[in-house]
Amino acid sequence: MTSILLSEWTKIRTVRSTVWTLLPTLLFSPAIAFLAGRSFSDSLAGRPRDFDPLFATFYSLTLGQLGVAVFGVLVIGSEHSTGAIRSALMAVPQRGKLYLAKVCAIILVMLGISAVTAVATFFAAQAGLGPHKVTLGADGVPEALIGAVLYLTMICLLATGLTATLRSSIAALVILLPLLFLGGAGLGNIPQIKDFAQYLPDQAGMVILHLTVPDHPQFGRDYGPWTGLGIMALWTLAALLGGLFTLRRRDAVH
Amino acid sequence: MIDIRHLTKRYGRTLAVDDLSFTVKPGHVTAFLGPNGAGKSTTMRLMLGLDWPTHGEALIDGERYERLRHPLHRVGAMLEARSMHGGRTGYHHLLWMAQSNRLPKARVNRVVEMVGLQDAAHRRVSGYSLGMTQRLGIAAALLGDPPVLLLDEPVNGLDPEGIVWIRHLLKDLAAEGRTVFVSSHFMAETALTAQHLIVIGRGRLLADTTVAELAGQAGSLEEAFIRLTAGGPR
Repeated sequence: MTSILLSEWTKIRTVRSTVWTLLPTLLFSPAIAFLAGRSFSDSLAGRPRDFDPLFATFYSLTLGQLGVAVFGVLVIGSEHSTGAIRSALMAVPQRGKLYLAKVCAIILVMLGISAVTAVATFFAAQAGLGPHKVTLGADGVPEALIGAVLYLTMICLLATGLTATLRSSIAALVILLPLLFLGGAGLGNIPQIKDFAQYLPDQAGMVILHLTVPDHPQFGRDYGPWTGLGIMALWTLAALLGGLFTLRRRDAVH
Repeated sequence: MIDIRHLTKRYGRTLAVDDLSFTVKPGHVTAFLGPNGAGKSTTMRLMLGLDWPTHGEALIDGERYERLRHPLHRVGAMLEARSMHGGRTGYHHLLWMAQSNRLPKARVNRVVEMVGLQDAAHRRVSGYSLGMTQRLGIAAALLGDPPVLLLDEPVNGLDPEGIVWIRHLLKDLAAEGRTVFVSSHFMAETALTAQHLIVIGRGRLLADTTVAELAGQAGSLEEAFIRLTAGGPR
């Protein structure tokens, strides 16, 4: 299993176009967080602090997550579109094992990328917030940082699982991009559909990122931060199992 | 040794492989012939566990491919269909394959030399010519120094020098006691390389014989092949 994991890591790092999709996440999340912090700080100048600085901190992840999602799609979708999946199955015909190794390699990469992104985003936002900033040890900050790492990692795995299920990058992106774009724009806050929309994977993950307002009739959620991540984890697991089912059941060729 | 037993594959209403049974023995090159659409590539994919058979089985040294642990040590294969990522270098393609089967890096360098890809190995596969892609595919098949080789149309896209090279390579590999199974639709090339023949048409076995015997009946292998495949299944 370690040999297959090493081989999957080599596969990830040796396709430059795939690796590059992570760059926007790494750069834009902190950059936008800094600007968001600045703009909050300016508009609140001289007024009492009655807002949640962590909202300004992690709002940029709703854009940063797009790069992570595209990475999650391409890392498996390109194997199908290029035919490399055939070589992969010839080298490792135990399909479940191959898939598990790939998912583990993605988790390891994503935990690293997400940790760097979350920490950089946090400090960039605090620099922008100036007088309104919070420290690393402040109430809720460690929880939100851990939440951000898990959130980004799960968005990536959701994308991977969906792509493996559909065996197509395009089909997966057609579902994911609108979901994440609209989600970032507040899909889960629309009263008419909130009963359902708040349980979509990205919406559920937003509580721990402080992108919702607890107990607020419109911007609140019916569940807490960790329950939210749990809901997101269930979606992710379902997508990954869908991918496993497709891979084990179907012929390798189209 | 490859053992094909009642192998059948149905895609929807099409019967691509129809109750195919034959054995491929070590020590000589066995050619796998048939017109386009006869089911050669499907049979190869079934042998490699890429597609699931509807009935029957393909055994390699008594085992189904998907049961093999570190299969590159046991079977080397090259498919006709493209099976590598264009964004990766040839070297990295071979490297991940080697790692997955616990083969040393030295083995990657060795097969790169064997197929003459030293100059191109560190370039991305998307820039390779068809001939270079074929050589990379053959390098991947040779990675684990396997006793069984399955090559689907290896001559495709090779220049005359490459064709002579592969003819010698296949004969040498067989002479070392390996099982070498090569699909082709080039009769002249087959007559020069192979000793044994498996001919299929519309997914069914038409002949399981030697090159000398089949060519002897009709004067030339080409003539024999055309007669055989025009007549449909016996």
